[in-house]
Amino acid sequence: MKPRSKRLMLLGGAVALLIGAVALVLTAFQENLVFFHTPTEVAEGKAPTGRTFRIGGLVEPGSIKRAADGLTVQFAITDTAKVIPVTYKGSLPDLFSEGKGAVVQGKMGADGQFAASEVLAKHDENYMPPEAQHAVDQAQKTAKTVKQ
Amino acid sequence: MMKDMHKPERSKSLFRFAAPQMFYPLAGRLAPWFAGIAAILAAIGLWLGFFVAPTDATQGDVYRVIYIHVAAAWMSMFVYMVMAFWSFVGLVMNTRLSFIMSQALAPTGAMFCFVALLTGSLWGKPTWGAYWVWDARLTSQLLLLFLYLGFMALTRAIEDPRRADKAGAIIALVGAVNVPIIYFSVKWWNTLHQGASVSLDKAPSMATTMLTGMLVMALAAWAYTIAVTFWRVRSLILERERHTDWVAAELNALEGKI
Repeated sequence: MKPRSKRLMLLGGAVALLIGAVALVLTAFQENLVFFHTPTEVAEGKAPTGRTFRIGGLVEPGSIKRAADGLTVQFAITDTAKVIPVTYKGSLPDLFSEGKGAVVQGKMGADGQFAASEVLAKHDENYMPPEAQHAVDQAQKTAKTVKQ
Repeated sequence: MMKDMHKPERSKSLFRFAAPQMFYPLAGRLAPWFAGIAAILAAIGLWLGFFVAPTDATQGDVYRVIYIHVAAAWMSMFVYMVMAFWSFVGLVMNTRLSFIMSQALAPTGAMFCFVALLTGSLWGKPTWGAYWVWDARLTSQLLLLFLYLGFMALTRAIEDPRRADKAGAIIALVGAVNVPIIYFSVKWWNTLHQGASVSLDKAPSMATTMLTGMLVMALAAWAYTIAVTFWRVRSLILERERHTDWVAAELNALEGKI
């Protein structure tokens, strides 16, 4: 065998082994690589209890309630299957709004309320000008009316 | 090119450019063209991005960071893959130019990686509400920057170029595993970073003018990378071949011009 082909095989084998090893490590750490849990996972008890974790989902439309002090906010986060009520004290990011994605970090209270210490807005991969967004909203409204 | 083809003493195949002294003049001829293309494309892309493209419905004007961020992030991943490719070729075929190529690419890849992290962070604060989060996408991209810096530090720290080449090539190959992780992180795990707006398996989820501006900027980044890499390859070749006759002749010719 030529030294060149020998090197090719050795190196190819080493790279294949490396990829296999990394794949195994990533599968093993699957749990820790997740940035947030979904409300369904939380409801099923898959989320960690007693320590801080994050829940990601959509802010349930119509759920945002501001307290009299102007800082405390209550809202619900949903993945359209399960709903988790959240309380948070502090300023919200500009993109935080009803029906949009958000990630909240905090602890689950005994009363089933999630006490958030940090709220992040999650942006989706859609980019469109305001007119197009307006058109999409209108179309969705029409579709809803037709269904009803 | 045609002139070269008729000279019988030279090999006709493209592989003749694997010899540093053959690649040196070719890179010198091509680099200014790519630099010119890069400047023109960047001007068009920035004009499209900042003056023609509409604002985004939810993000407002902040979204315009994508014209730099996405091109830089794509390039930072692609450059590393090219580095890994040349390192592999170098280790198997024992060709000096392959190692020189991957070392010439590293600083540009590192720069794009840094730009992607920086612009992403500046975008993250107004959009997400945080400059930095430890999600899979951001963390793996940060790891890519460390891999670039590690590669550059290692290849420069070892005196003997042959050993430096081999050590660097191994880092480049091992680190290449990280690139698909960066790319697919938003698919495999829940991340704060949004999924891909442009990918091979679905229609782009972006308005057309926005998309055009972004793609033109990506092409500009390609042309820029090729230009600066060729220039860097030339200086690396001169440095390594400084004891050879052809470099001496080249330098004499250069002095004659001045």
